[in-house]
Amino acid sequence: MSKGLIIVLLISPLVGFLINGLFGKWLKGNEKLSGGIGALTVLISLICSIIAFSHIQGSEKPFNEVLYSWIAGESFSFNIGFHVDALTTVMLLVITGVGFLIHVYSIGYMHGDEGYTRYFAYLNLFVFAMLILVLGNNYLMMFVGWEGVGLCSYLLIGFWYEKQSATDAGKKAFIVNRIGDFGFLLGMFTLFAAFGSLDFVSIFDNAEAGTFKQIFGASTLVIATLLLFVGAIGKSAQIPLYVWLPDAMEGPTPVSALIHAATMVTAGVYMIARSAVLYNLAHTGQIVAWIGVLTALFAAIIALKQNDIKRILAYSTVSQLGYMFVGVGVGAYASGIFHLVTHAFFKGLMFLTAGSVMHAMANELDIRKMGGLRNKLPITHATFLVGALAIAGAPFLSGFWSKDEILHSAWGSSKIIYIIGLATAFLTAFYMFRLIFVTFYGKSRVEPEVASHLHESPAVMWVPLAILAVPSALIGLLLGVGGHNSWFHHFTEKVAGFKGGHVEASGNIVLFMVISMIVGIAGITYAWTRYKNRVPSAEPTNALQKLVANKFYVDEIYNTFIVQPIKNASHFLLWKLFDVGIIDGIVNSVAALIRVIGGTLRRLQTGLVQVYIVSMVIGIVLFLAYYLFFA
Amino acid sequence: MSLEYYLVLSALLFTIGVIGVLIRRNAIIIFMCIELMLNAANLAFVAISRDLGQVEGQLFVFFVMAVAAAEVAIGLAIIVSVFKHRETINVDEVNSLKG
Repeated sequence: MSKGLIIVLLISPLVGFLINGLFGKWLKGNEKLSGGIGALTVLISLICSIIAFSHIQGSEKPFNEVLYSWIAGESFSFNIGFHVDALTTVMLLVITGVGFLIHVYSIGYMHGDEGYTRYFAYLNLFVFAMLILVLGNNYLMMFVGWEGVGLCSYLLIGFWYEKQSATDAGKKAFIVNRIGDFGFLLGMFTLFAAFGSLDFVSIFDNAEAGTFKQIFGASTLVIATLLLFVGAIGKSAQIPLYVWLPDAMEGPTPVSALIHAATMVTAGVYMIARSAVLYNLAHTGQIVAWIGVLTALFAAIIALKQNDIKRILAYSTVSQLGYMFVGVGVGAYASGIFHLVTHAFFKGLMFLTAGSVMHAMANELDIRKMGGLRNKLPITHATFLVGALAIAGAPFLSGFWSKDEILHSAWGSSKIIYIIGLATAFLTAFYMFRLIFVTFYGKSRVEPEVASHLHESPAVMWVPLAILAVPSALIGLLLGVGGHNSWFHHFTEKVAGFKGGHVEASGNIVLFMVISMIVGIAGITYAWTRYKNRVPSAEPTNALQKLVANKFYVDEIYNTFIVQPIKNASHFLLWKLFDVGIIDGIVNSVAALIRVIGGTLRRLQTGLVQVYIVSMVIGIVLFLAYYLFFA
Repeated sequence: MSLEYYLVLSALLFTIGVIGVLIRRNAIIIFMCIELMLNAANLAFVAISRDLGQVEGQLFVFFVMAVAAAEVAIGLAIIVSVFKHRETINVDEVNSLKG
């Protein structure tokens, strides 16, 4: 593999961003060209990724080269360098593969939008930033990409900036992510203080050899990994920082598919998998796994009572990210990343189908106003069904393999995590099929004026759906058969730290598969009995339902206990007291003092010439007297 | 005649000029008093020049006269202009630069 390949891979979306960003004004009239450039640049990256993948597959050692020295000092240097191994290529294929299909889909979905070229510029920039995140060979480059995708996420959530709710959601995402990023930064500082470098290879080698400064004594690595995990919690929407992701659905639906389901939100999982060596040494994986499994359960419970099609999918994403953290937390890094891949396909697919539904329904999001759509939108229905079956763990579809691997590994680590994970699997199957039955089956509840022009999406939209449905269904069979001996595990075993994950594969995997299968089917069946011919009631009937329907009031709690106190403190302490009182006070007092002095001195300016002359004469006389009599 | 007489006369003229500038209110009179001071200085120059037998003092007088001529031209123009606007040349009434 050559450096040139990686550079083309990386730069191509940047070129797309520059063209759409700088010449958007002239491209505006030509949507096909603008969107075509956006998709083409990602296609180039996809081709490069496939080439890189084939190189890595055949080679023993990861590709690791420095492009140039970015910041250099006496005792440190930071490089722009690339590290490509099995983990990187998997991420590259997901980002560019799913990314390309979503770009194509967007050509149709965004048709007629005012900000068409701006949209593709942002989307290309996102792909570029995401590629930096996964290609970098040090934490600093990862951080640059990390912030870049955060920026693009903000820009795209608030894409329809005339809408107050969209700009609010964008700000919320950005600010909540700031908390996580702060943790990531502190983690980086800790690593740098301990290792004197941020390069992956150097840090991992020294960590394994134990040759680093114990700046926090024996718990140096524990602190570093936990701080990094705080970053992952923010970016990957885990408890307690998950609140931004459901609101992020204000953005265009393909954005939700690409950024808030398939790629960006999985950056936290990638980061932990990349730092596997450190997590193995620090033994902090248990904490990661617990946060993950609690998030998985919590988000799945909330999803039970939502009626907004995109929000159900958003909570489902939070929940599935929790699974991934369970995977990487218990040391089954390959399983966690495998779930990341399958999830990217089936969740990306489901978001795009949700977009297709919205497209047909004039942007209606409330599933209670849908129903019976399967006849009008056959392709959308079929592809959504594939995605939902995959996530629900229907036998032999992709989610079945990846979720089962995670649960199996969790069993070896902690029985309780396994049981919670299994319960979540049941809930997942249930809420997904609740969504399907309410949306696509039963009687149509579509409002008449919308119903009159219900239509299947154009080919540019449904073809990507159909293409995505194939891996959503089959990728598990291709890569995942054999559990811990599968092709995917062999491919990724050379990644630093993946082997040292202390996974104790215990118990018969077939038994686990059967249990998962039964749980998944039970969830689907229960949803069928409950929602076959029933619409979710508008008003929750009891206190528990009300609690769930209102998302456990987490937003309200945050608002009362964190947002409002900070706002009040800002208002009274920072603004009224510090800014108005102290800063303005100092400026105003200086001005007042000068005014008093000026007011006194101005009385000397009488405007009478002769007064001035008298003072001059007196002055001269005094000078003369001094020189004559005293000098 | 000794130098003292000239210098005493010059000092007298200069003092009359200063007092005139200080106590008179008519701008033209003030102006004339300034001329008086200039000429007092000229007298001192010439007297000392003759006493020392050097020509530089007399040379300076020419400069002073040239400056005085220029001053007259500008000063009178200002006075005329002030009179046009205010219909007075009483300096006490021209005090719009009061602070």
